[in-house]
Amino acid sequence: MELTPKAKKTMVTAALIGPAAIWLFVFMVLPFFAILVFSVGERAPAGGYQPAFTFDQFANLGARAAAFVNTLTLAPIGAIACLLIAYPLAYYLAVKVDPRRRLLLVSLVVVPFWTSMLVRTYSWMYLLGARGIPHVLELIGIENVRLINTPGAVLLGIVYGYLPLMILPIFVSLEKLDRRLLEASADLGAKPISTFFNITLPLSLPGVMTGVALVTILLLGEYLIPQLLGGGKVFFIGNALVDLFLQSRNWPLGSAIAVTLVIVVVAVLLISMRIAWRFAGTRQIDLV
Amino acid sequence: MTSASTHNIEFRSVSKTYGSVTAVSDISINVPKGAFMALLGPSGCGKTTCLRMIGGFEQPTSGDVLIDGRMMNGVPAYRRPVNMVFQQYALFPHFNVEENVSYGLQQIRPKLANAEIARRAGEALEMVRLGGFGKRRIHEMSGGQQQRVALARAIVNRPSVLLLDEPLAALDKKLRSAMQFELQTLQRELGITFVLVTHDQEEALSMSDFVCVMNAGTIRQIGRPEEIYDHPGEFFVADFVGKTNRIEGTLEPGGKVVRMADGGALAIVARPGVEPGPVVVALRPEAIRLEHRPARMGEITGVITHRVFLGSTAEYSVAAPGIGDVLVTADHKTMTESDLIEPGATVTLAFDPAAAHVFRGTANQVTTR
Ligand SMILES: Nc1ncnc2c1ncn2[C@@H]1O[C@H](COP(=O)(O)OP(=O)(O)OP(=O)(O)O)[C@@H](O)[C@H]1O
Ligand SMILES: [Mg+2]
Repeated sequence: MELTPKAKKTMVTAALIGPAAIWLFVFMVLPFFAILVFSVGERAPAGGYQPAFTFDQFANLGARAAAFVNTLTLAPIGAIACLLIAYPLAYYLAVKVDPRRRLLLVSLVVVPFWTSMLVRTYSWMYLLGARGIPHVLELIGIENVRLINTPGAVLLGIVYGYLPLMILPIFVSLEKLDRRLLEASADLGAKPISTFFNITLPLSLPGVMTGVALVTILLLGEYLIPQLLGGGKVFFIGNALVDLFLQSRNWPLGSAIAVTLVIVVVAVLLISMRIAWRFAGTRQIDLV
Repeated sequence: MTSASTHNIEFRSVSKTYGSVTAVSDISINVPKGAFMALLGPSGCGKTTCLRMIGGFEQPTSGDVLIDGRMMNGVPAYRRPVNMVFQQYALFPHFNVEENVSYGLQQIRPKLANAEIARRAGEALEMVRLGGFGKRRIHEMSGGQQQRVALARAIVNRPSVLLLDEPLAALDKKLRSAMQFELQTLQRELGITFVLVTHDQEEALSMSDFVCVMNAGTIRQIGRPEEIYDHPGEFFVADFVGKTNRIEGTLEPGGKVVRMADGGALAIVARPGVEPGPVVVALRPEAIRLEHRPARMGEITGVITHRVFLGSTAEYSVAAPGIGDVLVTADHKTMTESDLIEPGATVTLAFDPAAAHVFRGTANQVTTR
């Protein structure tokens, strides 16, 4: 049987995106649909879900306000802290470093990923815990320092864990920045600081926005770091979800929280894309 | 002659090395105020390096660069009274045309009034015939238009020197000649010193007041275009600037005859100072006439192997014993169609002995492109 060119094209397209589409449908769209249905349902007396159509759960979100507040403050603060540390480092790697050593240094950035996030966060738990840094401080006479289970500990864990994800996109956007634009700016009389704010920074914004969006979105769903370094005190939405689904078995409330979280993530993504578009100046924009 | 008032740019024994690579070695140049100088030379000869040392993007390894009589060693690019048109224009992609052009004005301290900035940017755009394009984005401009934006951006601050690094290389032939004309006009209007880097010898000859021919990091000759063309100082210059025939032989005492390997003689007039011995003769294709008569003493004969008709001229390739292929250009004005000589004909190559340039050395000692 002869295929028309158009049919061939359709088949190629299907072959290319089919596997991913099926995967996403089964493991993302269907579960999300289930969560949507749960979120307008009721908690069965014995726990779990029973069908209903009510927005009571959304009205109840306030019961978990602390998780929302923690997540919605510490995630952006964490992302910004990452940004403030990552930008100078990425700038150094992309602009200042001897090109022959660049690849080596950039690979060092991702070395932490060679061990599991769990192990690394667990080591921080030990370091910050009573037998870690506070103990050392005690030996030199500084007593009663509490590090673990504080917002600061969670923030530290966040910056530690997510820094590479911020560095890489910023590095990429700075590295492909045309050096001659910087020379042209200097040529036209701009002092280095002026060149940075007029040329370098705006042209690296797509990388910055990618990094901020990536880190913020991942942080909104973070579970491990608050669990280990925040103890029961500083918990995120992710921790609340685990609690609601596995301990108190209030699936509808958990689902309502999850749906709200998804809406927040999509909003963050759209806003940061808009900003990146605005500043990128070119029609196309690379997300990495 | 080193007076600050007449020399815009001065190089005093400037050298530049990158690690073990010598990009420029011991160069001295004076560029008079308001002159249009072309830096001409083959790829990698150090043209861009020279320009970048004027612009302040590179510092000389040794020697001094002076602008308007002021020592520029260690002065950063943003403090130099020169502006540059970059090879690929280097326009800021996130700014529109007007923002690109006014960028230099925005940097002036104390700050200029916005109205003043807008007026001067508008003027610069008018000057490159882009009035009304101010709000366009860079990627909405054609190559030639971008080139003019780059030009407007570079002249808006009224620099003392404008540096142009092969600004026309990316343009097609027609647009290039139009822009060459515009650049020349602009240079006269503004009275700014232009330093143009090019490896296109026609561009260098047609546009500039002075041509500086470079090779392998050194200056081979500086002079007016016609000087460079008619009186090349060495074989490299004769060969690089315009087409030339190379004839090797031995200069006989007296300086009137070059004896070729096969024993044939060539009548020439050697400049005083060229010693008898191995020499290279450069003979322009248009200096040779093809004649249907027996060769006289000191002339050569050959057989036409190819003919290329070029419209106003015709190019012949003539196989001459002892020399090889000789290129001859015949002016079409003096020819009727029947004057075109057919390949296969035996002709005499006649030329004015004074038109041949005789340089010391053998082929291996002569640097070529
Ligand atoms: N940053 C650098 N590091 C090392 N070598 C360099 C550097 N810049 C230039 N060179 C070398 O210096 C020499 C001169 O380079 P330059 O760019 O001045 O040549 P050019 O005359 O402009 O050539 P082209 O016509 O190809 O642009 C070349 O051999 C080049 O390889
Ligand atoms: Mg160059």
